[in-house]
Amino acid sequence: MLKEIFNKKNRYATLSSSDLAARREMIPEGIMTKCKNCGELLLTKELEKNLKVCPQCGYHFPFSAPERLTLTLDEGSFVEYDATMASLNPLQNPDYMQKVEKSQAASGLQEAIVTGEGTISGNPVVIGVMDARFILGSMGSVVGEKITRAVERAIDKRWPVVLFCASGGARMQEGIFSLMQMAKTSAAFNRLSEAGLLYISVLTNPTTGGVSASFAMQGDFNIAEPGAYIAFAGARVIEQTIREKLPDDFQSAEFLVKHGMLDKVVPRKELTQMLASLLDLHKEARLGVN
Amino acid sequence: MSTDLQFERPLLELRAKIDELKKFTEEKGIDFSEEVEKLEDKAQELEKTIYGELKPMQRVQMSKHAGRPTTLDYIRGLTTEFIELHGDRNFRDDPALVGGIGRIAGLPVTILGHQKGRNTKENVFRNWGSAYPEGYRKAMRLMKQAEKFGRPVVCLIDTAGAYPGAAAEERGQAEAIATNLITMAGLRVPIVCVVTGEGGSGGALGLGIGDRVYMLENAYYSVISPEGAAAILLRDASQAARAADLLKLTSNDLLEFGIIDDIIKEPLGGAHRDPDNVIAGVKQVVSNTVVELSKIPVDTLLQMRYDKYRSMGHFTETTIE
Ligand SMILES: [Zn+2]
Repeated sequence: MLKEIFNKKNRYATLSSSDLAARREMIPEGIMTKCKNCGELLLTKELEKNLKVCPQCGYHFPFSAPERLTLTLDEGSFVEYDATMASLNPLQNPDYMQKVEKSQAASGLQEAIVTGEGTISGNPVVIGVMDARFILGSMGSVVGEKITRAVERAIDKRWPVVLFCASGGARMQEGIFSLMQMAKTSAAFNRLSEAGLLYISVLTNPTTGGVSASFAMQGDFNIAEPGAYIAFAGARVIEQTIREKLPDDFQSAEFLVKHGMLDKVVPRKELTQMLASLLDLHKEARLGVN
Repeated sequence: MSTDLQFERPLLELRAKIDELKKFTEEKGIDFSEEVEKLEDKAQELEKTIYGELKPMQRVQMSKHAGRPTTLDYIRGLTTEFIELHGDRNFRDDPALVGGIGRIAGLPVTILGHQKGRNTKENVFRNWGSAYPEGYRKAMRLMKQAEKFGRPVVCLIDTAGAYPGAAAEERGQAEAIATNLITMAGLRVPIVCVVTGEGGSGGALGLGIGDRVYMLENAYYSVISPEGAAAILLRDASQAARAADLLKLTSNDLLEFGIIDDIIKEPLGGAHRDPDNVIAGVKQVVSNTVVELSKIPVDTLLQMRYDKYRSMGHFTETTIE
């Protein structure tokens, strides 16, 4: 099919261009990067080798979509879906398109999510990775549509879905259309579930608002990276409107596990192996299911 | 306590003046009928100017009016044999989200909705209609029960949003809403939703996936409050009216976008001017819809529901030759 030819041709286009953008983020600090958590000055090269996890305190630096795909999938296995899909301006918001263009230039990405298929330790999966550098990873029509299409393809192929969430929530500039993406993606994940297929949601820093209140929390397994900020309402909103004093670890991944809202916190270094194990455990023939 | 809205004050003042003149005529026997007639013409004209083209922010104010019918008012008007049911079976009963069973058009239904209070005391009890996770989990429990017994579900939406508090976060507000969304997408009975007042973001959507979604004329439905949007989009919290324009959150906007299926009219001046009339209007629409949807085979209904949400969104794609 034409689409597949196109996909092949562009297989790594997104990866290489945004790898550059990700590195550019580090340039102001040159060869050294300061840890945002413990303040330690780290060799940037060493930090990258350590998957952008601070060797001193374990702080997980933001990871871009291309970095995540490289870490998670078997080398050379990724084929991107819907790479050209881009936002329109349904509410005619005067600043929106400029904001999108700026994000595209800065991140090298077309939108706040990259979707596609590949293998994890030989297991075929449909995968989606959100990127918080793109308007805070917010969900507008494109994010909703790309996820929905990816899930529909997974149903056709009878493959599992792995989705890495990193999002500030709904994209305000698309108004009610962004809210309805929560409904649309939920409907798709309901079909995936009814088809008896596996969905693993990985919540990374940050996962909030309309994304946490839809597909991020609909996995058969909801797992998170250490220290990830996961919330429905932001801590600042809560403090302003309710004037409640919040505990220090409030809305961290560890806090959510403690309160029974997540299955597990898994460090970045162990994440790919964890996904491989979960996929392995679900590929045997199941009792009572043909 | 005055519940008048600022933009309707000129009209209300004029009305008061007319009443005064009428009273004067009666008491003192002086004939002001000519003046009264003139002023009444003027009042009618003013009414048309004020209510004829309400600005989005004025509708938002109307949607929050304390005199509007609340969910329990609608339920009393819409159903017979209503039995309220309580609790999520896990933590507690949330008074901000009510539900139960009753009959509409002779058919047993499950009916749910956000419940606001009429005064401060009631609102403290109802948490101003902002539900905790246990409210959404009560709704889910009752929806699954409706599915088991093949009853249609009616959802009445009227909330500024799900409660943004520490305890709500601890108990999983995000998870509770997420689970409602995925459950409602696949619920094997008809779902009819009406946004009766405030359609505040995820808290509204948590009861908002349905085969038909209606809005009262002066209700709003938005991803964020105008105040919140002003702070985020315009970086100025005082610009709420401008933000309300940008958000396109009125019933007319949403009908035009294809997000809702129809608008239920309100009397001139808003639902609080004639609650019985509004409740009757909602009753007619909901009854007709429940009867209509009950005749559709469930698999067809679910496919239609999927397609309805599947088509929402605007984007562009470059196709390669
Ligand atoms: Zn550190």
